[in-house]
Amino acid sequence: MTDRARTWRGELREAVGDLTPGVALCLLFLIAVILVGAFAPWISPYDEAEILTNESFSSPNAEMWLGSDYLGRDVLSRLIYGVRITLFLALIITFLSFFAGVGLGFLAAAFGGRVDDWMSRLNDAMLSFPALMLALIVINSLGSSFVVLVFTIAFIDMTRVYRVARALAVNIMVMDYVEAAIVRGEGKGWIVWHEVLPNALTPLAAEFGIRFTYAILFISALSFLGLGVQPPQSDLGVMVKENMQAILYGEYTTLYPAFGIALIAISMNVLVDWLLQRSSAKLPDEI
Amino acid sequence: MTAPLLEVRNLDVSVRDKKGREFKIVDNISFDVQPGEVIALIGESGSGKTTISLACMGYTRPGCHIIGGTVQLGGTSVLDLDLPALQDLRGKDITYVAQSAAASFNGAMTIDAQVTEIPVITGTMTRDQALAKAARLYRDLELPEPESIGKRYPHQVSGGQLQRLMAAMAMISDPRLLILDEPTTALDVTTQIEVLYSFKKLIADNETAAIYVTHDLSLVAQVADHILVLKDGKMVEYGPTEQIIRNPQHDYTKALMAAAHLMPEEIHAPPALGAKEPPLLEVRNVTAGYGPAQDIIALRDINLTISAGETVGVIGESGSGKTTLGRLISGLMGAKQGGVYLDGKQLAPSVSQRSREELRQIQFAFQMADVALNPRQRLNKILGRPMMFYRGLSQSEATREVARLLERVDLPTNFAWRFPPELSGGQRQRVNLARALAAEPRLIICDEITSALDTIVAQQILDLLEDLQEELGVSYMFITHDIATVSKISERIAVMRHGRIVAQGPVNEVLTPPCHEYTQVLLNSVPEMRTDWLDEAVAERRRLVAALD
Repeated sequence: MTDRARTWRGELREAVGDLTPGVALCLLFLIAVILVGAFAPWISPYDEAEILTNESFSSPNAEMWLGSDYLGRDVLSRLIYGVRITLFLALIITFLSFFAGVGLGFLAAAFGGRVDDWMSRLNDAMLSFPALMLALIVINSLGSSFVVLVFTIAFIDMTRVYRVARALAVNIMVMDYVEAAIVRGEGKGWIVWHEVLPNALTPLAAEFGIRFTYAILFISALSFLGLGVQPPQSDLGVMVKENMQAILYGEYTTLYPAFGIALIAISMNVLVDWLLQRSSAKLPDEI
Repeated sequence: MTAPLLEVRNLDVSVRDKKGREFKIVDNISFDVQPGEVIALIGESGSGKTTISLACMGYTRPGCHIIGGTVQLGGTSVLDLDLPALQDLRGKDITYVAQSAAASFNGAMTIDAQVTEIPVITGTMTRDQALAKAARLYRDLELPEPESIGKRYPHQVSGGQLQRLMAAMAMISDPRLLILDEPTTALDVTTQIEVLYSFKKLIADNETAAIYVTHDLSLVAQVADHILVLKDGKMVEYGPTEQIIRNPQHDYTKALMAAAHLMPEEIHAPPALGAKEPPLLEVRNVTAGYGPAQDIIALRDINLTISAGETVGVIGESGSGKTTLGRLISGLMGAKQGGVYLDGKQLAPSVSQRSREELRQIQFAFQMADVALNPRQRLNKILGRPMMFYRGLSQSEATREVARLLERVDLPTNFAWRFPPELSGGQRQRVNLARALAAEPRLIICDEITSALDTIVAQQILDLLEDLQEELGVSYMFITHDIATVSKISERIAVMRHGRIVAQGPVNEVLTPPCHEYTQVLLNSVPEMRTDWLDEAVAERRRLVAALD
C-alpha cells in the first residue's frame, strides 16, 4: 500500500511544483479569505452590528482601520463577517447544485434514449429562463430567507451543471472501457461510479470553481437588489448597496466589498484556468 | 552524381520532461534524398521516424526542439529560416501527407476547394488553372469520375479515395519533396495496395523526391529506393532497398523482416478434432442489423461453430460485419433471426438477460487497448474486478490473483499499482488480454487486437496467445483483416464479405487454391518481400475484383 500513498503525495508535490507565481498568489489569497471567513468571530475587531460612532463614513483611523459605514459600524468587521456569509452560502449552493446536477446528468447519460431526451429537454426549458429574473420571481413570492436563497440559486445553477456533467458523461459512456464493463455485466451504478466519475473529475473540479464564483456573484447581485441576505446580517453585496452614498463624501467604503468580490472571483478563475490547462496539456512525467 | 535535393546531417531532436531534463528522441541522423528518389524511414512507434520527417520541414511538435545538425534543401538551410520563409517553403516546396486523411480534411468544404487552396491563396495559380491541375492529378491517381469527384464533400468518398485526394493536395504545387507519413496504415489491406500503387506511379511520373514513413517493411520494399531503419531515434541500418531486404546486416532489421506481415511458407493443417464432441459455441442462421427495426442488415445467415481449445479466425475488410458478429456473440447486440448457443443452450440476446456464469465464459478483448482500459483505474482494479465480479473473490484474494495473472502475461507484478497511461502499447495490450483471462473464460473474442501494434510487438502478443491456449485450453475467435496473421494461428477460418460468410473451413483448405474469389483477393493483397510484387499484385487484384462483382 505504500506504493499508493507515494503516488498520491508525489502528485501533490508535482502540482505545487507546477504553480506559477501568479497562480500561487491567487491560491494564497483564496486560502487567506477562507481562513478569515472561518474564524471571523475571533479575527474581527468589533461585532458586525455594533454602532461605534455617530459619524457616518468616517475615514480610516487607528480604531477603525477601514473607517465606519453609514450607521457608524466598523467596516472591517462587517467585511470579515460579510466574507464569511458570502463564502458559506456560495459553498452550500455550489455543493447542492453539483450533487443534483452531476447526479442527474450522469443518470441521463447512463440511461440514454428516451430518459435522456426528456430530462435534457426539460433542462433546456429551465435554461431558457433568464437566471436573475427567475430568482427574483421565486424569492419575491416566497420571501427571502437563507433557505429560499440557497435552494433557488442551487436549482438555477443545477441546470448549468447538469448540462456540463451530461456532456462529459455522454462522451465517456462511448469509450471502449465502458463497453468492456457493459459486456462484463456491470450495473449502471457501478459504471457511473467507477468508470465515468473518475474520468470526469478534473473537468468537474474546474466547473466547480467556476460555479462557485458565479454563486458568489449571484448572491451579491441579489443582495445588492435587496432580495438576498437581509439586515442585520450582511454579505458583500449588501455592503456595497448600503454604502453607495459614501462615494458622494469621497470615501472608499463601498469599494472595499466590491473589490473583495472582484478579487475572489478573479483568483478563482485564474486557479481554474490553471487547473484545466494542466490537465489538458500534460507533459510526459518522465521519458 | 548530382547534388542531393535534401541533405540531412547529424540531426538531433530532444524533448524536455517536466523536471526540465532533456531527452534525445532523434540522435545523430544523416541521410540524403536525391531528386526523384524515394527514401523510406522505417521503425516502430517511438523510433522518431515522424519527428525526423517533420524536422525536414523545419517543424517540431510541441515540447520538442531541434538541438543540432543541419537540413539542406537544394542549398537552403531549412533550420535557419525564419517563420515567414518556412511558411513559404511548406506546402509549396515540401508537402506532407498525413496518416489519417479523414482527420485532415475539413468536412464542411468541397474537396476541390481544399485541394486547390494553397496555390490559389499563395497566388501561384489562378483558380481555374488549379482546378484543371487538380482534375489531371485525380486522373493520374486513378480516382473514379476525375471531372466531378472534386465537387463532392469528404464524407462522400471512401477512405482510400480520400487518402489519394490528400496526395493530390500535396502534389498540386509541384513540390520538390513529398513527405508521406504512414499513408496507407489506416486503410484496409485490399485498398492499401491500390493506394500504394497510385502513390508509386505519381511519384515516378512527376519525378518528385519523397520521404516515406512507415513501420511496415514489406510495403516499403515496393516504393523506396533507399531504406533507413530506425530504433529509439538512432540509425540502425541505411542502404539501398534491395540490399536491406536481401541481406539485412543488423539484428533489428532481421527481426523486422521476420515479423513482417508475410504469408507463412506453409500453412499448418489443423489437428483433427473429435467429431462427437459438441461445439463450445454455435451461431445458427443469424441475421442481424442496425436501426430501430434492424433493417440495415449487417449480418446475413451466419453459421459458425467454435470448439473447445481451438482458434477460429474471422477475416474481412472493414464493413464486412466481422466486428458486428463478435458483438452479437458477446451480447452487445441482439439478432433479428437465429441465435447463439453455448454448450447447446441458447443464450439470451442481451448482456442484461444473460446470467453471470454465461457472461463469464465468453470474454471480449477490444482492439485499442489505450481506450479499452480506463485510464483512471490501477491495473489492480482493472484486473481484479472481473475476478471479484464473476468468481466472488475478496479484495485481498483478487490482489494475489492479479499478481499471478500479470506474471502469466509476462508483466512485472508491481505493475498492479500503475495506471494504463504509464504502460507502453504492447504492455497495455497484454493487460487487455489479461482482463479477459481474469474471468477464466472458455472463449475470448479478440477483435483486431494486434492491428494497432508494431509488427514485432504484435508477434509477441500472438506468441502469448498460443502459450495461453496450450496452458489453459481457452478458445479464441480471432477477428482481423490481416490474413497473414490469421493463417499463422488459426485452425479454422471464416472469410466474411458484405455481412456473409463466403468461405469457411480448416485453414489449409480455405487458403489453398482453388479457393473462393474473394479469398484470393485477400491473399493477393498480402505483400511479398520483393520489389516487383506491387505491379503484379495490382494487375491480379483488378482481374479478381472484376470477376467478383
